[in-house]
Amino acid sequence: MFSILVLTIGAAWIWLSTAPMGSTTQGDIPAPQEGFLAPDFRLETFDREGYTLSELRGKPVLINFWASWCPPCRSEMPAIQKVYDEFQDQGFFVLAVNSTHQDNLGDAITFAQIRKLTFPILLDRDGSVGDLYEVRALPTTFFVDSQGIIQEVVVGGPMSEALLQIRVEQLMEQSP
Amino acid sequence: MFPIFQIGPVALQVPGLVLLAGLWIGLTLSERRARRRGENPGHLYNLVFIALIAGVIGARLSFAATYPSAFTTNPWSLVSLNPGLLDPLAGALIGAAAAAIYLFRKNLPLWSTLDALTPLFAVIGIAIGISHFASGSAFGAPTQVPWGIQLWGATRHPTQIYEIILATFTLIVIMLLDKTSWSLTPGNIFLSFISLSAVSRLFLEAYRGDSLLLYSGFRGAQVISWLVLATCFVLLGWHIQRNRLEKEIMK
Repeated sequence: MFSILVLTIGAAWIWLSTAPMGSTTQGDIPAPQEGFLAPDFRLETFDREGYTLSELRGKPVLINFWASWCPPCRSEMPAIQKVYDEFQDQGFFVLAVNSTHQDNLGDAITFAQIRKLTFPILLDRDGSVGDLYEVRALPTTFFVDSQGIIQEVVVGGPMSEALLQIRVEQLMEQSP
Repeated sequence: MFPIFQIGPVALQVPGLVLLAGLWIGLTLSERRARRRGENPGHLYNLVFIALIAGVIGARLSFAATYPSAFTTNPWSLVSLNPGLLDPLAGALIGAAAAAIYLFRKNLPLWSTLDALTPLFAVIGIAIGISHFASGSAFGAPTQVPWGIQLWGATRHPTQIYEIILATFTLIVIMLLDKTSWSLTPGNIFLSFISLSAVSRLFLEAYRGDSLLLYSGFRGAQVISWLVLATCFVLLGWHIQRNRLEKEIMK
């Protein structure tokens, strides 16, 4: 008798807690969390070329926060370059946001040149974009789909080549 | 939220640390229970570690089998520490299968062993709640209640706190039940824990902001919890009836 009562109350609670379809997805709210819209920002590269995230809508984007003094950041850069080389023709984009406010700009430029990084290295001079994305450790990577929704956040590193390749392939598959 | 604990240049992932602490505390509680009841705690340790090791290896191999090309070009990724390269469902199934083989080989009784492991499961439940709080995942729906917390661009139900409270309540109830005659029938403690956890999830899911919605807006986790609860009631009824019959035969 007790069990039937509990199950009946449970069934009623399920019915009372139904939500309109799509109401629990957070795609319209900008926040640095999986399932949310990637917060928009605009930053410039070493040579003053500006990039705005929202202008890349329609392309899958990998946003990587890094610094030249951070060993895991340095370790994973070649793997990021490799997936960028492989998928850039299909629309994949990489924004490597250098935490310039806690890095040496000269070291960052030298590192990018030595490693022959061809994707944009954006300079977060005052740390505002790092704060916007609530970056608490370097490297931190956001996988953003072509609709601008964050599909995964990877805190720490280095990311393995297999992980990068699989996640980027998944982003490409989701693109229209 | 506090996803990272920074010690100098080392950034430690708080959710992972909390889960490890939960495993240690839970195993200690299970071990004490086993000693009190004259059971061999060594079997519990072996069982848990065999299940964990088999689960992690199985999860990685299953993931690699799903994406073979990525691993053939990068074979070192097989031993990568990235948790993103795991297949959790396959890991859980393989871990459970390894535990079942150990149980069978050591001739351990299933229901009594599950009862012995219940304190571990209950503490892991609390640890999962704390790890959700640390990472900001399993977040609540937007609300205007005075105890709402500011998270991911809105004031939300603190569902991670609700989760910790419910899991702590479940652990306390289980510890109290374990001191009564209810615990004498093998399986009762474990099934009570699963029932309480299912009721907690059934209640809590209504306040989540990240529920998977099924047809007509029903929340998937609630439907599964309800089915688990119904199954537990059937099994508990069967246990009680069998126990009664055994007592009558003894008389």
